[in-house]
Amino acid sequence: MSVKQISVFVENKQGALLDITTRLSQHQINIRAVSLADTTRFGIFRLIVDKPDECEKALREEGFTVSITNVLVVKLQDRPGGLSEAVKILSEHGINIDYLYAFITHAINDTCVIVRVGDIEFAEKVLMDNGFTLFSDEDILKI
Amino acid sequence: MFWQKDAETMNRAKIKEVQLERLKWTVSRCYNNVPYYKEMMDKAGVTPEKIKTLDDVRRLPLTTKDVLRQNYPFKLFASPKEDVVEIHASSGTTGKPVVGGYTKNDLDLWGHCMARLVVAAGARQDDIAQISFGYGLFTGAFGLHYGLQKVGCMIVPISSGNSEKQIMLMEDFGVTVLIATPSYAVYLSELAKDLGVAGNLKLRLGLFGSEVCTPEMRKQIENNIGIIVTDNYGLTELGGCGVSGECEERDGLHINEDHFLAEIIDPDTGEVLPEGESGELVITPLSKEAFPIFRYRTKDISRLSTEPCRCGRTLIRMDKVVGRTDDMLIIKGVNVFPSQIESVIFTMPHIGPHYQLVLRKERFMDCLEVQVELIDGTLLEKYGELEALENRIKDKLRIVLGIDCGVTLVAPRTITRFEGKAKRIVDLRKA
Repeated sequence: MSVKQISVFVENKQGALLDITTRLSQHQINIRAVSLADTTRFGIFRLIVDKPDECEKALREEGFTVSITNVLVVKLQDRPGGLSEAVKILSEHGINIDYLYAFITHAINDTCVIVRVGDIEFAEKVLMDNGFTLFSDEDILKI
Repeated sequence: MFWQKDAETMNRAKIKEVQLERLKWTVSRCYNNVPYYKEMMDKAGVTPEKIKTLDDVRRLPLTTKDVLRQNYPFKLFASPKEDVVEIHASSGTTGKPVVGGYTKNDLDLWGHCMARLVVAAGARQDDIAQISFGYGLFTGAFGLHYGLQKVGCMIVPISSGNSEKQIMLMEDFGVTVLIATPSYAVYLSELAKDLGVAGNLKLRLGLFGSEVCTPEMRKQIENNIGIIVTDNYGLTELGGCGVSGECEERDGLHINEDHFLAEIIDPDTGEVLPEGESGELVITPLSKEAFPIFRYRTKDISRLSTEPCRCGRTLIRMDKVVGRTDDMLIIKGVNVFPSQIESVIFTMPHIGPHYQLVLRKERFMDCLEVQVELIDGTLLEKYGELEALENRIKDKLRIVLGIDCGVTLVAPRTITRFEGKAKRIVDLRKA
């Protein structure tokens, strides 16, 4: 129960991000969530989109350096402590988080956090065992 | 194995004797048949009679590429036009091409010089040799063709391009010797791997030329298709390939010394340097009828050695050319050639073969930044892996160049591609 995430290499220069978003728009790809860290020389632009395979193909054909990987999209309780509960479970099971970012959807009124971990299957299991809801690619498409 | 054993194993004294005799002949030919050379020699106060020892070659003025351009196309020919049977020319990316002419004797001699080199490199009569150099004005394809023909190899003159067909013929004909530029050989070797036929090829020897082939490139080609790679050297201005080449020992390139006199000079002062010192290679062909030239400045950096070679040849050896005086950069007082940087970039995974060098002055210090394209997405999971990649490239550059430099990853296809001579250096130090 994981979701495909697109990562794109982006140089820290004017117009670099615009290049990517323009391609996505041309290919009618809708973005669900994004993350881009503040770095000095280059960054990795991460995206959850409605059509990940098409998105990856389109960007690759345009000459971008792209990868596609699986991440967990975990549904959280929208209240204080919501994120903490999920992080606690992962921490207790010795699962290290590489990075995470969040999004809120008005369509289904959910708060979600996107988590990238090393052992994705194990993390998936412990979260589900502890009552968390995880999203699939189909769920993302429905948003 | 030798092609002309007597000439290739003469003792040093005999070599010098032959060289002096032929130098006199060449200088007279230049003086008497080419108005430009007469004028230059008169100006320098040298006549052919003044050439009494080999060292007297130093009395002659140096010849540069500009001279060849100014005398375009045929003004430096020493034979009547009706005796010239073939023409070759450089690519001429920066102006009019350099044009060389050959008489029948010149062609025969060229073939023998090349035959020596290909035999020294390991080619034999029963070899099937595919020439993937572009046939045309360029000297490479014809030079190898004439040499291999003298040896009696079966020549496949496919020229360059149409790479899948190249691989097909290699497989179907059982080609054993490949003649190509090192970069095209790398491309073909990768294609053969992709097509899954690398294991079916009978290639055993690569005769490469016309580009700097770094040891790293050589290793990659050898690993990809399991062949031995040898290098040979020449310039259109000197009649093309055939000046020098590696023997099977691959420890320097033997110069066909009975036909080419080599000197090493300081590129700034023009002074001749003693044997063993590194500097600009200057060559005087000794046996050319149609297109003689003396003391030609090659702009290539090399070194000479008369140490005996294990192969038995007594011919002087020159170091593999690492760079040209034009390309040499001085960074923090250290000589750096783009080919050295290229050799590092070439072996690193995850990045492409294109690069740009940016030189700046920061706090009065030279700073070199090497920009390379990240072409592989597998490192995008962790930001730290990209930094680690930059550091690995940096470490390797430090080992090869002896100086610290910055490395920047840039997006694919952002570094300018060049069709002719690449301009990979942006020097902002003077700005």
